[in-house]
Parts: sequence; structure tokens; C-alpha cells
Amino acid sequence: MQRTVTVASRVGLHARPAAVFVKAASAASLPVTIAKEGKEPVNARSILAVLGLDVRGGEDVVLEADGDGAEGILDKLADLLTEDLEG
Amino acid sequence: MDEAERPGGNGARGVCDDPAVPGPGVRSGLGSARRRLAGIGVGSAAVVGPVALMGAPEPPPDPDARPAGPPERETERALDALRQVAEELGRRARLADGEAVEVLEAQVMMAEDPTLAEAVAASTTAGASAESALHESFGMFRATLAEAGDYLAARVADLDDLAARAVAAAAGRPMPGVPVREEPFILVARDLAPADTALLDLKQVLALVTEQGGPTSHTAILARSRGIPAVVGVAGALAALAALAEDDLVVVDAAEGAVHIDPSEQFVAQAREREAGRRTAAARASAEGATIRTPDGRAVKLLANIGGAADAAEARAAGAEGVGLFRTEVLYLGATRLPTFEEQVEAYRAVFEGFRGSDESGHVIARTLDVGADKPLPFLPRGDEPNPALGVRGIRAFREPAAHEHVLDTQLAALAAAAEGTGTDLWVMAPMIADAAEARWFAAKARAAGIGKVGVMIEVPAAALCAREVLSEVDFASIGTNDLTQYTMAADRLIGALGPFQDAGHPAVLKLIATTACAGAELGKPVGVCGEAAADPRLAAELIRLGVTSLSMAPAAIPEVRAALRSRT
Repeated sequence: MQRTVTVASRVGLHARPAAVFVKAASAASLPVTIAKEGKEPVNARSILAVLGLDVRGGEDVVLEADGDGAEGILDKLADLLTEDLEG
Repeated sequence: MDEAERPGGNGARGVCDDPAVPGPGVRSGLGSARRRLAGIGVGSAAVVGPVALMGAPEPPPDPDARPAGPPERETERALDALRQVAEELGRRARLADGEAVEVLEAQVMMAEDPTLAEAVAASTTAGASAESALHESFGMFRATLAEAGDYLAARVADLDDLAARAVAAAAGRPMPGVPVREEPFILVARDLAPADTALLDLKQVLALVTEQGGPTSHTAILARSRGIPAVVGVAGALAALAALAEDDLVVVDAAEGAVHIDPSEQFVAQAREREAGRRTAAARASAEGATIRTPDGRAVKLLANIGGAADAAEARAAGAEGVGLFRTEVLYLGATRLPTFEEQVEAYRAVFEGFRGSDESGHVIARTLDVGADKPLPFLPRGDEPNPALGVRGIRAFREPAAHEHVLDTQLAALAAAAEGTGTDLWVMAPMIADAAEARWFAAKARAAGIGKVGVMIEVPAAALCAREVLSEVDFASIGTNDLTQYTMAADRLIGALGPFQDAGHPAVLKLIATTACAGAELGKPVGVCGEAAADPRLAAELIRLGVTSLSMAPAAIPEVRAALRSRT
């Protein structure tokens, strides 16, 4: 199951927003991947891999998870990314 | 070591021709401990506590080094190192506040990163050592993050820090950087640089133990000024103490100059009891403000070394009977231009007034601006010198070139003006005087400026050897034992490997001190000591025996020295 989301935080998926996102993905009951258009998906529980994607504010990312409860998990993570997490 | 155990330590005054100078003594410990490490003690306190090690920066591991064990073992070592790093940074995060918490938590996430662990395991499985696998895996992520440019520059620095920590942890060496603990600890390091101690919360530090450094090293000076016991120059300290668990206790006995590993309960109890007794004695001596007298009834003043008005209150609280060394350069060091006469008068007066009000503390000895290689001043430009310790420093900076003479004249006039009306008994001395002619030159200037009591510092062996001639030109002398030791032993104060030569208690240095004190006694002129030696309770007794009339030290050291001297004199 996939979900495409536009990252709202102005700094992109760096610093605090990246940490908040990775923490949430780590707490999820299923493995989740995150990918930038045209790049290989990476483990959403890996802060280093997420930072390495170098996602800027306003860019799209694709979240993917499969199994029971995948929809709820993707909803929650997508909500996080559409919020401004800089605060 | 006890005075009575020393040859010639009978309390008699030093003799002019051949002063009786003792050799080093040995003092036995209390109870039992599994292992004893010896070094040079700073202070006289004994403390009991757990140790925390500060590692040196890690060199990159040798990529061709053969792994210590089979791949599974290397994988385990590498992943365990990452766990240790996450644990250490997590501890820091819990103790930190503000933005630092988030930065540290992000670092913990990096150390726990599953992709990193996978990369490390793949590398060890392919035959790399744990250290190489960690170094390479961090390097891989570093390269990716560095590509993102400025955005992630701070994260790249974080990764470098993590990599160094992980490699050190895998190798079983202490992680670089200042350790952080919930409970107070004994800090163990190769040596401490000013940059390290700037990051250190000294309230958390029970004692300092360093492998390198002598009695005048940065660590020793810091320890004395903050009243923290230390043992420096302890060979093998890092290796011996790295093996301990986090809550293992050690006893650091500064008076003995020893670190006791794995002490028995009885040993710990005895050390604590003795420390409590020492503290009570120091507190009592301080409260009574007892005057120190030699067996022949001579009073010896305990004075404070200060840098400005802010130190005056601390000095009075510690029971200082005056200021034995007011380092006036503090006012100049922050300045980009020469402070005006008026600015100087104001700053000096603040110091003098800080000492007014108490009967005996109106006595201040100010040292004129001490220009050194380590304290360059933009308004006194100096040429490059191949050997600055032997160059145009101290009082010499005002004689050559003569164009700088006015800086000294202005300062002398400002000191005299500032003392006026404050009731301060102001004495002024010049640093780095080498001979009688230089003393005469300075004395003439100071007296012309209206200074009543003019003196010199004895730091150059030549001045000590000709103390009678030098003292004939002035009213008093103060021995700067740090430089006197450096010049007598031809051993740079800051080079750790020369620790054994940086001892003001060396017979050669004590002979020069005795010669100077003797000349002072004959001419009826006071001779004090204002170097680190004065703050060493054991050496202090020796200095008095040699005829020194006052001891000036960091305020924090005064109660301890007073208590030690009272128990002996």
C-alpha cells in the first residue's frame, strides 16, 4: 500500500521534522519505507537514510507499508508530513 | 611527608651558605587497596568516587588491520560499541536542557539506526575488524549527507563525533570528549587542555587524575584555583582505570599523590574519616583566622593571588590577610588599545576597595603588566622570537624598545592614584627582573610615580643568585616559583614529559629560594612566594623553614594551607 505526500515543513525532512517522522515510523507495528521520486525506497526507521534522501519542503515523497493496519499507519505518518513540524 | 622525617627538617631557619634542602619523601597509605598508582599530588584532600574517562581524539583505524576475532565476534563488538555510544549520549540528553536535548536525541537515533547496523554487520561479515567496519559505515553515510550541502553540515559533524566514539568504544578506549554523569565523578584524562575544561561542569568533578602534566600544568593550576584535589603525571592511569565498572570506587589522595584502585571497605572508611578530619581542621583554621608563626615567633602572612575586583570577595572569605599578587594584566588582555590612565585608576580602585574594611586586608601587592609570549598585547607589538620564554618579556618589554616605556609609567601613576584615599597599603613589583641594574631602573620609575613600597619578582635564577644586590635596590621581593623552576631546570612549564623537572620542591630551586630569603633576612626586607609552590601544603612548610615571610596563592587554597601549617608550626 502506498501513499504520496507533500512535505509541509519549510526545512524539508531535515533536523527536527526528520527526527519526529523517524520516531513515529519506529513506533509503528509494521516496517515502512519512504522514497523520493526516482530514488530507491529506504527504511523509514533509519534517520540516516531519511536524512540522506535530502527531501526539501514542498517535495513529494512516497510512503509504503503492507499488512494489517498498514492504512492506519500510513494515514498517521502522512498527517505528520503534511503538518509543519518545525515548531 | 612529615616535616620531622626530612633531613634537616627541625624547624630551623635555612643557613645562608648551604641551605639544608630535603630530598623527596615517601608516605605510606592507609588500609589496603588492590593497586596503587603514583603521581604528583595537587592539594591535600582525599576523595572517594567512581571514575569517568576522557579519551583523546581517535586516529582512523588501520583498514588493513586483521580482525581480532571471527566475523560473528567482530559483529558483536561493533554493535555493542554502537549500543554503548547510544547509552552515553542518552545519558547526556537526560542531563541536558534546551536545544541540546534534541541534538543529543537525534545523535542517539543515529547510533541506533537500523540501516547503519546493517551496513556495519555486512562489513564485519565480509572480514573487516569492528573498528574498520564502524569507521567505513559511518563514512558511507557521511558522504551521502555531505552531498546535501549546508542543510546537513551539522549532521555531518555529529556523524564524525559518533564515529570517533564508536571506534573508541569498540577498541575499549575511553570515548573522546568530556564525560557526563548523573553523579559526581573523578575525571581521568591523558591531560586537560583549556578547551576541555571550558566544557566541563566542575561542580560534578570530585578530583582530577591525568597521565601527563606536572605541578605547573594547566590541570594542576585549574585544580588549585578551584580547590579540586588532583593527582597529575600518573603513568598508566587511563589503561588501569578504563578496566573499572562505572560504579567501582577509587580513592584519590592528593596529599599522598596516589590513586588507589579497588580499595577495601575499611580503606574507603579510613580515607573518608581522614578527609572529614582535614576539612574540620581547615574550617577551624579559617574561622579562627589564626596567624601562622614560625617556632622562632616570626609571623607568616597568607595572601591571595587575584586578577580583579571579582576575586577580592572570594579572597577575603577564604581568610586572605591581603593580596600577594594582583595580576594587573587582566585589565589589558581584553583590550584592543591601551587602557587610559582614568580607566586604569577606576579598575585598580575597585580592587583596592574590595579589600577595605577588614583590619588586615588592606595590603595589596600589585604586579606591573607582565607581557609574555602567552599573553600578547595588540598595543605592544613584538617581533617573532625563536624562544619567547627567553625573549623580551616581563619588565623587559618596557625597556626595549624605549617607545614602550610610557605604558609602564602610566600604569605606575594609575596604581598610585588609585590607592590614594582607599587606605590600601600598596606595594608594587615588577616581573622578570634579571639583575640589580634592572631593579634600580624600575625602582626609580616607581618611586618617581609615587609608589611607597617597590619590589621585584624573583623568577630569573640570576636574580636569585644575586638576591642581595637586587634586594639592595628595592624594598621587598616575591618569588615566582613557576618561572623560577622553569628557568632553573630548563624545563618548559607546559610540557608534560618534563613533569619531574617542574617541581618547585627540587633541591636546586629550594636553594635559590633559600638564597633569596636569606638575603632578605639580612637586609630586613620581606621575601614572599607567590607561585604554585605556595599553595602546596607540604611545600609551604618548607618555604617557611627556608625563611620566606609570606605565601600568596589562589584563594581556594588558603584554608588548606593554613590548616596544614598550623598543625606543623
